[in-house]
Amino acid sequence: MPSAVPVTNGTSAPANGVNGAPGLSANDNITRFAAPSRPLSPHAAHTLFHNKTRCFVYGLQPRAVQGMLDFDFICKRKTPSVAGIIYTFGGQFVSKMYWGTSETLLPVYQSVEKAMAKHNDVDTVVNFASSRSVYQSTMELMNYPQIRSIAIIAEGVPERRAREILFVAKKKGITIIGPATVGGIKPGAYKIGNTGGMMDNIVASKLYRKGSVGYVSKSGGMSNELNNIVSNTTDGVCEGIAIGGDRYPGTTFIDHMLRFQEDPNIKILLLLGEVGGVEEYRVIEAVKAGRITKPIVAWAIGTVAGMLKTEVQFGHAGSFANSQLETAAMKNKSMKEAGIFVPNTFEELPQVLAQVYQKLVKDGTIKPEAEPVVPKIPIDYSWAQELGLIRKPAAFISTISDDRGQELLYAGLPISDVFKDNIGIGGVMSLLWFRRRLPDHASRFLEMVLMLTADHGPAVSGAMNTIITTRAGKDLISALVSGLLTIGSRFGGALDGAAEEFTRAYDKGLSPRDFVDNMRKENKLIPGIGHRIKSRNNPDLRVELVKEFVKKNFVNSPLLDYALAVETVTTSKKDNLILNVDGCVAVCFVDLLRNCGAFSAEEAEDYLKMGVLNGLFVLGRSIGLIAHFLDQKRLRTGLYRHPWDDITYLLPNLAGGSGAPGSEGRVEVTM
Amino acid sequence: MSAKAILEADGKAILNYHLTRAPVIKPTPLPPQATHNPAARLASLYFPEDAPVTAVLDQAEVTYPWLLARDAKFVAKPDQLIKRRGKSGLLALNKTWPEAREWIEARAGKVQKVETVDGVLRQFLVEPFVPHPSDTEYYININSVREGDWILFTHEGGVDVGDVDAKAQKLLIPVDLGEYPSNDQIAATLLKNVPKGVHNVLVDFISRLYAVYVDCQFTYLEINPLVVIPNKEGTSAEVYFLDLAAKLDQTAEFECGVKWAIARSPVALGIPTIASKDSKVNIDAGPPMEFPAPFGREMSKEEAYIADLDAKTGASLKLTILNPTGRVWTLVAGGGASVVYADAIASAGYASELANYGEYSGAPTETQTFHYAKTVLDLMLRAPLHPEGKVLFIGGGIANFTNVASTFKGVIRALREVAPLLSEHKVQIWVRRAGPNYQEGLKNIKAVGQELGLNMHVYGPEMHVSGIVPLALVPGKTSDVKEFSG
Repeated sequence: MPSAVPVTNGTSAPANGVNGAPGLSANDNITRFAAPSRPLSPHAAHTLFHNKTRCFVYGLQPRAVQGMLDFDFICKRKTPSVAGIIYTFGGQFVSKMYWGTSETLLPVYQSVEKAMAKHNDVDTVVNFASSRSVYQSTMELMNYPQIRSIAIIAEGVPERRAREILFVAKKKGITIIGPATVGGIKPGAYKIGNTGGMMDNIVASKLYRKGSVGYVSKSGGMSNELNNIVSNTTDGVCEGIAIGGDRYPGTTFIDHMLRFQEDPNIKILLLLGEVGGVEEYRVIEAVKAGRITKPIVAWAIGTVAGMLKTEVQFGHAGSFANSQLETAAMKNKSMKEAGIFVPNTFEELPQVLAQVYQKLVKDGTIKPEAEPVVPKIPIDYSWAQELGLIRKPAAFISTISDDRGQELLYAGLPISDVFKDNIGIGGVMSLLWFRRRLPDHASRFLEMVLMLTADHGPAVSGAMNTIITTRAGKDLISALVSGLLTIGSRFGGALDGAAEEFTRAYDKGLSPRDFVDNMRKENKLIPGIGHRIKSRNNPDLRVELVKEFVKKNFVNSPLLDYALAVETVTTSKKDNLILNVDGCVAVCFVDLLRNCGAFSAEEAEDYLKMGVLNGLFVLGRSIGLIAHFLDQKRLRTGLYRHPWDDITYLLPNLAGGSGAPGSEGRVEVTM
Repeated sequence: MSAKAILEADGKAILNYHLTRAPVIKPTPLPPQATHNPAARLASLYFPEDAPVTAVLDQAEVTYPWLLARDAKFVAKPDQLIKRRGKSGLLALNKTWPEAREWIEARAGKVQKVETVDGVLRQFLVEPFVPHPSDTEYYININSVREGDWILFTHEGGVDVGDVDAKAQKLLIPVDLGEYPSNDQIAATLLKNVPKGVHNVLVDFISRLYAVYVDCQFTYLEINPLVVIPNKEGTSAEVYFLDLAAKLDQTAEFECGVKWAIARSPVALGIPTIASKDSKVNIDAGPPMEFPAPFGREMSKEEAYIADLDAKTGASLKLTILNPTGRVWTLVAGGGASVVYADAIASAGYASELANYGEYSGAPTETQTFHYAKTVLDLMLRAPLHPEGKVLFIGGGIANFTNVASTFKGVIRALREVAPLLSEHKVQIWVRRAGPNYQEGLKNIKAVGQELGLNMHVYGPEMHVSGIVPLALVPGKTSDVKEFSG
């Protein structure tokens, strides 16, 4: 019996152990279950499910498993019906589930063999495998003699495969429910997968305690409707099975009807058939032969088929009449003739069922039991949220993009419109960086900055770092980041600095000459002014491009005009103290923020303070740094080692013992 | 997804290709054929609405050069799942190509009445004519049941085969192919009335035919006539399958798609392939299998649109238009509930007024539901006004896991878009639905009904699933169940 313990031993448990072992916190609120006691005498053959039924769920279906556990809980089962989950693609060893308001761990097995070996008390499987893989998995499951029933949920199982499954199952005495079904339910005892819907419906249809009606339905969706009808007109469901809408269900009406006939708790049989197939006739034969004596209420849906001009394939794969015998009308007629209670229309079925029930109550066959207290089940957080019953503050807020809907949104603009309007990289940047569509010229200016800052040759420090890192054999991200990390107040920082100094001076109302004089008095270089080679007579073409663009497209450019006036002052001192490309881009960007009309004054200052200019440089230069990485890789360059002769080695002389105590190691450099 | 009928041309192509390739279940009395069958001569001609008939026929002469062979005789017939074509005069036998061409030209693209159904003839099949004496026409049928596959065989085939259920010899092949009958058993059971000399040939053919049936996952296969022409000595024979109807199991596409495709590839049909720039890349060696709509019910644009929507999602969206000018329209969730609604409408006496069958289920998104509802509403409001107005059922059972409020949002959006027209067409709207969050869904749709001034009645799970149908359609019918009040 110890082998039946779900999670107390063996490899499936996590390293810290789950058997009250040290390492568990005292308040983790996890309920653990000991091995269930085995019933002393075996259940009768007609009992497929009981309140000690244990099953595996094949496939990762946390919602369905949680539904089963919730059902078990409100049925006051001592142990959950799910012993474990079999998930062959899994890397996970336990799955955390709720048991009422506390939690429990369900083992997840990668192989059927392991699961079977661990849980010899399991005799049923809910197989959620897809229509493609359900054949193999079901065949494998049927190799284990402990398995008595398998529910196959998948829709679209090839008919030949379904027949092969049911043939083997018949030989081995295994009950197959499905394919293409939601499963079945035994109120107060066991529920397959998603049968019965959400918990509120299970409570509404009183499925937490047993009644007197056993039903078999073809349709899974309609089984829920039957739960509703039965609970409204009688003392409730005792057992309900949806055999599935396919042409060859593993078990059919007759298999379950005969079980229900044997089950002393079931007093009324209810059958919901359908057009297609001949399985209803086997029930008729059983009635005629006296094998079924309990009252049956029955209806076959699809009576419309005969009244339509052309053939219609209804929702279920099996709902197609190949002969007169298979039509719903003929089935209803034949059932009625056999003495089965058949209403005139499906709408009258509740009435007929109620009449049959009342008669049985009257003659004492059914003694309605007192209603137990309606159990409460905690509502799931996600569902309560969907119903709008609860709220909680979110840990994160995002205001720029949304991937939850039908289409990705950039600041509210669907991605398809991004391409339809052809807004370009500049447009995307304006959406994501500034959450608005900027005027076309502004987007193009952003793109222009990216293009201008994309690269500045291999010798600058950022590119150098990237190259050296690449040559050390590192990957793209490492090489790129090592270059980006160089960006700061000295390298690439001229943009931010220039924007700051020029703006401050301009806003203070300093004349360009006063600005230059002040900076000199403070012994500060003016960021954005000066170039190594270029001069007034040999202008930097990049600067000319920016100026030309801004003059042509911007509403106005007061800061650029101011910076050009400053340039007049500085170049009068020295010819190469021109407004360089960093300075020009920086002041123009400030002009853009302030004057394009898309930003308020506060917003403009805010963005500058956040360092958005640096962002432009980082983004632009990433293009170049990646290019250097690719270039080095392409050239297959080896590890770089700097030559000794390019380094001056100046080491302290400890051996001499000279120098004051404490400063022996210091190299004194005399200027 | 289910067993679906296929074109005769496709069925013949599959047989021709796989008869020599499908692994036989037990060795047949004849040694395996040394060579595979030559390419099947099947000129399958489709006449689209927007192309002149002569152009299609001209192209056929290029694609199938054997049509122009001298003195060749042909059979021409529509290939649109029509039963008993011979009796409806839709079979042109023993024709030269010019005659066959003329015969097709007279019919292609025209409306044809077959028994009670009107439909446009668009798909034709032309193949070589096989002259044979009428006493060589046999009949064979394989069909699947729960226990296995029945093989029906009779030596009296042909147009007047009559009640085969009564007169054919039958053999049940069990699902477990380990119990496949021996050659002698097959001959003894099925070939009682056939000359001994051709037994070997026929057992070989039946075994191979059944092997293809299994290997390609047919669910139904009927050949009538199956022509067996014995040689002079009566010791062997040539077998031809002249007329064929078949169904394949569409759900087996993932296992058999490759076999269905390769048998219908241009190479297997002896068609020279001309690589063109815009030719599509197929996932298999040939074109994917197509399952034509039944005769007389060509898929409309809207049905095709919904089918396309359906193919792109895990949810289920189905739409079949039964009568575009019908008064009664349905927008029902759930495969079972949708049938129940159709039943209720028919039993209320409105079968001929039922405009559509359809369902949405499997938790479709709000947008998918919107597009589905919009399509149905558009169709309903496109049809001319009816003096007595129209009825729309927005129905469904108790959903298992679909969020009713969310799918109803899609329905509500669609209702809003056409609100003025709904009043103009005097549309009564009856709603019944339950399941997760139905309270919210019903509250919302009721509010919209009031806001837009629609003639709307809303019910929850207290009402029988299809209880609103007699309420709406049967005069004087009332119910104790109260309308949903929110």
